[in-house]
Amino acid sequence: MAYDKFKVLSSTAVPLPIENVDTDQIIPARFLKATERKGFGDNLFRDWRYQSGNTPKEHFVLNNPIYSGKILVGGKNFGSGSSREHAAWAIYDYGFRCVVSSFFADIFRGNCMNIGVLPVQVSSNFLTKIFEAIEANPNTEFEVNLPDQTFTIKTTGEKESFEINDYKKENLLNGFDDIDYLLNIKSEIESFAKDTPL
Amino acid sequence: MKKTLFDKVWDSHVVQKVLNGPDVLFIDRHLVHEVTSPVAFRGLKNRKIKVLYPERTFATADHNTPTLNQHLPVKDPLSANQLRALEQNAMEHQIPYWGLGHEKNGIVHVIGPENGITLPGSTIVCGDSHTSTHGAFGAIAFGIGTSEVEMVLATQCIMQPKPKSMRITINGKLNNAVTPKDVALYIISKLSTSGATGYFVEYAGDVFKQMSMEGRMTVCNLSIEMGARGGMIAPDEKTFEYIKNREYTPKGEAWIKAMTYWETLFTDNDSVFDREITFNGEDIEPMITYGTNPGMGMGISGGIPKSDAIEGGASTYKKSLQYMNFEEGENMLGKEIDFVFLGSCTNGRIEDFRAFTNLVKGRQKAKNVTAWLVPGSHKVEDAIKKEGLLDILNKAGFELREPGCSACLAMNDDKIPAGKYAVSTSNRNFEGRQGPGSRTLLASPLVAAAAAVTGKVTDPRELMVFEIA
Repeated sequence: MAYDKFKVLSSTAVPLPIENVDTDQIIPARFLKATERKGFGDNLFRDWRYQSGNTPKEHFVLNNPIYSGKILVGGKNFGSGSSREHAAWAIYDYGFRCVVSSFFADIFRGNCMNIGVLPVQVSSNFLTKIFEAIEANPNTEFEVNLPDQTFTIKTTGEKESFEINDYKKENLLNGFDDIDYLLNIKSEIESFAKDTPL
Repeated sequence: MKKTLFDKVWDSHVVQKVLNGPDVLFIDRHLVHEVTSPVAFRGLKNRKIKVLYPERTFATADHNTPTLNQHLPVKDPLSANQLRALEQNAMEHQIPYWGLGHEKNGIVHVIGPENGITLPGSTIVCGDSHTSTHGAFGAIAFGIGTSEVEMVLATQCIMQPKPKSMRITINGKLNNAVTPKDVALYIISKLSTSGATGYFVEYAGDVFKQMSMEGRMTVCNLSIEMGARGGMIAPDEKTFEYIKNREYTPKGEAWIKAMTYWETLFTDNDSVFDREITFNGEDIEPMITYGTNPGMGMGISGGIPKSDAIEGGASTYKKSLQYMNFEEGENMLGKEIDFVFLGSCTNGRIEDFRAFTNLVKGRQKAKNVTAWLVPGSHKVEDAIKKEGLLDILNKAGFELREPGCSACLAMNDDKIPAGKYAVSTSNRNFEGRQGPGSRTLLASPLVAAAAAVTGKVTDPRELMVFEIA
C-alpha cells in the first residue's frame, strides 16, 4: 500500500538499549487478530509497557514522558523472530518513522521498508554514542537524511552514513511500492510462469 | 561455473534483476493462513485486482484455531472473524482452502509436505517465518511480511536481494537420544540468534544425510532462529520416496521430467560459500534452553553459562535469566516444571509423537504436569491413532488435542500461565511467547517426554535402554 514519502527527518529519539528485541515483544501474538491495519500502536511493546491489568509500567521508556520522538533506537539484532509485519505496523502506528540499531533481523528490516519506516543500521560504537547522547539529554535532536544516507547527532555534529540499495531508496523517497513495480512487468511474469510448471 | 544448490534454485527463478536493487523472484507455491493474509487481501481489493495464480496458492487455518472442540463454532469473536475472512477471501479468489474440520487441515508447514505441495527445487513463501521448514526438500522457502503476501498474491513474485550463502556441515554419528531438534538447538547455541542473519544456509554432511525427512524439516524449520532467512538440504532418495504419490506431486510423465531436474539439485564440488561452518555430530548431547531466545541453549547435563562467558550484552543476558528466575551456573537437571507442550511446525509430526510415546510407554504422566499434545495436522492425528500410539498415550495419562499452532504462539486459548515453566518442543522461548509471563524451555520430544513423566528437567538417557554398540 502507498505510504508517506521519507526524505529528511529531524527528531528526538526514544532509547531501548536492549539486545535481541524480538517481534513477540514488539507486538505479542494475541494482538494479531485484526483483519484491518488499525490500532496496532496501542499494543506496541504491550507486555513491557503494561501490567497484566492495563496499568502502565512506570519504568518502561514509552511510559516515561521525558522521552519522545519519531525515532526508536534499539539494541543489536532488533526485530528478530516472527515475520509478522504487524510489528512494523505497531511501530509506525505509534508514531515512529525510523528505527536505529547496530543490527537488524532480515524480515523485520524488509517489512519496515515496505511500509515506509526507515531502518538505519549504524556501527555499534555509533549506537553507543546515540544512547549516550539521549541519556545526557533526552531532548537531543537527530537528523535522518535519506538522500545523503546519513544519521547525525545534531548537538555534536557527529554523523555516520548508512546503507540502502538504490531501488529501495528511490521507493522510500517517493512513496512507491514493489507491487506497482511488479504490476508493470506483469507480461514478463506471465511468460515466465508459462515456462514454469506447477 | 560451479554452483551451490541454493544458486541453482534461486537463479532459475529470477524473472528480472533490478539494477542496484533486488531480484524479482518467481514463487512457485504460496501458502496462506488466517493471521497474516487479511490485510493483504484487502490490499488487492483496494487495487481492484485478483489473485494472479490461485492454482499456485493454498490456504489453511492454523495459528488462531482452538485445539479442543473444533466441531463447535469458534468462541473468540476476533478469531472467528479472522477465520471467516480467510474463508471468504479463498472463495472469492478460488484458492483451495482447508479450514477447521477439513481432513487436510493442519499447521501450514506440516500440510505442505504432507500433500506434496512442497517440491524440490521450488520456491515457496508464506507469511510465517518458519516457512524455512520446506527447505528440507531442497526448496528455497522463506517467511514474508504481509506487504509481500499481497505482492505474491498479486504478481506471484517477490523482490528480494539474493542472500549470502552459508554451509553448515556436520559429520560423524549422533549419540543416543540426540534428535534433529538437538542438532538444531546446538547449532543455534553456537551461532547465536543472529549468527546467520543475511545468509541462506545449506546443511550438509553425514548427520543430515542419515536424517529422516521429518528430522530434516525440524532442522530447516529452525534456520530462522539463528537469523537465516532459510535453510535447505539437497534432495536424495529419501526426499523422492517421501513425496512420491502425494496429492500435488507430479505423476507419470511429469514425474519423470521433474526427476531429471531434481537430480541436478546438489552443490557442485568446489563451490564457494560466503561462510563455511563445521561441527562434529559426536559433540552434541540432548539440548535444552535456559533463557529467552533460542540461542540460549545448552547440553542438558551442563550448567547455565556465566554472564562473563557470554559475548555481547551482559545486561540483556541478566535480564533474560531474571525473567526465567534462573541463576548463572545452575544446573538445569532436576528443575521442576509445570507444563509440557508437544507439537508445532517444529516437532508436530508423526516421528515426534513416536519418540514421545516410546519414552512414556509403561510410565505415568507426573501429577504436577499439565501436558498438551497437539498433532501438526489431521493426517498426523490419524497416524497417531492408526499406529496405536494414542492407546499407549492414554494409558500413560496423556490426551491428544486437535491440530493447530496452539501453545507455540498462544494466540488461541492454549496459554501457559504467568510464571509457569513449560518444556516445549516448539521453536521460540521469547518472553511471553507461550502466554504472558510464561517461561519456556525448548527441547526435543524425548526431553519433553522425560519431563512429562518425571515432572522435572530430566535427561532422557536415564529413562531409555540402549543397545551396546
